[in-house]
Amino acid sequence: MSIKGKAYIAGIYEHPTRKADEQSLSQLHAEVARGALTDAGLTKNDVDGYFCAGDAPGLGPLSMADYMGLKLRHVDSTDTGGSSYIVHVAHAAEAIALGKCRVALITLAGRPRAEGGGPGLNLKSELFPEGQFELPFGPAIVNIYAMCAMRHMHEFGTTAEQLAWVKVAASHHAQHNAHAMLREVVTVADVVNSPLIADPIRRLDCCVVSDGGGAIVMTTPEIARGLKRPKVRVVGGGESVKHQMGGRIDLTFSGARWSGPRAFSEAGVTPADIKYASIYDSFTITVLMALEDLGFCDKGKGGAFVADGNLISGIGKLPFNTDGGGLCNNHPGNRGGMTKVIEAVRQLRGEAHPKVQVRNCDLALAHGTGGSLGTRHGSATIILEREG
Amino acid sequence: MAPAERKIPAPKINPETAGFWSAASEGRLVIGRCRACNEAHFYPRSICPFCFSDNTILETAVGKGTIYSFSIMRRVPVPYVMAYVTLEEGPTMMSNIGDCDPEAVRIGQAVQLIFKPSDGGPPVPMFRCG
Repeated sequence: MSIKGKAYIAGIYEHPTRKADEQSLSQLHAEVARGALTDAGLTKNDVDGYFCAGDAPGLGPLSMADYMGLKLRHVDSTDTGGSSYIVHVAHAAEAIALGKCRVALITLAGRPRAEGGGPGLNLKSELFPEGQFELPFGPAIVNIYAMCAMRHMHEFGTTAEQLAWVKVAASHHAQHNAHAMLREVVTVADVVNSPLIADPIRRLDCCVVSDGGGAIVMTTPEIARGLKRPKVRVVGGGESVKHQMGGRIDLTFSGARWSGPRAFSEAGVTPADIKYASIYDSFTITVLMALEDLGFCDKGKGGAFVADGNLISGIGKLPFNTDGGGLCNNHPGNRGGMTKVIEAVRQLRGEAHPKVQVRNCDLALAHGTGGSLGTRHGSATIILEREG
Repeated sequence: MAPAERKIPAPKINPETAGFWSAASEGRLVIGRCRACNEAHFYPRSICPFCFSDNTILETAVGKGTIYSFSIMRRVPVPYVMAYVTLEEGPTMMSNIGDCDPEAVRIGQAVQLIFKPSDGGPPVPMFRCG
């Protein structure tokens, strides 16, 4: 059984805040839920399926269903880090296809800035099995991703300048986004001259830390047909978990090598068919490796692929993250998957900013890497299509 | 003036991992070895991650390896070198490279086991160049 064409994304909403001093976490979840339902033209009482991840307060779907007053017959709190919400889109499509729910709500929210915390995995439990074999050595997200970049440079000759092009492209898009945290267009020189954080990753190779959130409403083809918004349907999904493989660590590829082909196969399309791609950009290396593993270029050729503006809308062959992405726009709750789906839907609806809107954008991909690229991560890929 | 040492958080030991850390206290690094499939794994665990047999043992590693990848963590009070080290026995493990000039660290470099004290716990396995 396939999810192809069996579920539609009817509503999206991205919270405009980037620092939520005045809102609670549950309030942010509810605000984005309201926004997405309003966008869809549906109400809270239509929702019978709810999806959230580890960013949701309390007991996740229980606490949030209580807070929002939802009456549910399907819940899913799969947590694969920042890729969770892309997994949720695929899982919601599966649930809708099977008739387990008719209107699915997915929410994400976070307020790391208001809480005074920096980036990082919020691993509160001392019981996770790998902790004692890693925490003594000071893994800090950035230095784990940095080891992937270091190995990529060693194996394939990837350069700091090539990585910088990912940030340059994101900044070209962010200049048009009034909500983006970093709207200044930067050059390759700006990136490679920014301070080293963890070799070879420099400050401008890193995404922002932001508060905020987002929500998605999905539904059946029948209900979608009765709504006023442009029709965007899910045509393929793939997920995977990549880990340390019992010590057979290989930093040269990501879980996209497995999730990508599954999504393309279900959709019956190839990378060459994709008009726009949202790629989770926790760091510049995350994008470069995902593009290779998804098949947009050969393994090891990611550096050449992203160079010279190839990811800039209107200039390059593969416009990416036209909202400015995590590198420039926002990164609510240190979890970037939600906003990747939202911008892909905007592109398919023709509702991206006119300066970055991709012409005749009828097929888009959203991809997320959640957790930590160099240790354990969840990889999720979805392919979305505009109908008509 | 010698650079200050980074305070190393003590590992949170559980019943399954007590053998690993008591070996560390004796100056030995142990890896997991499965008696059913004969594969080595890291971190050591009771159930083999390759064949799922419960017939696993701790095996003392010779303490030699090469740097698979590394990164110098710079924007912190005491910079340190995060690394993945591939052991002579096969598995690659997360560790730090200590007792050497961080700027001289390279992928492929040969390293040797050392132990560094943790803050209130057993010593942790690290590596030095050469």
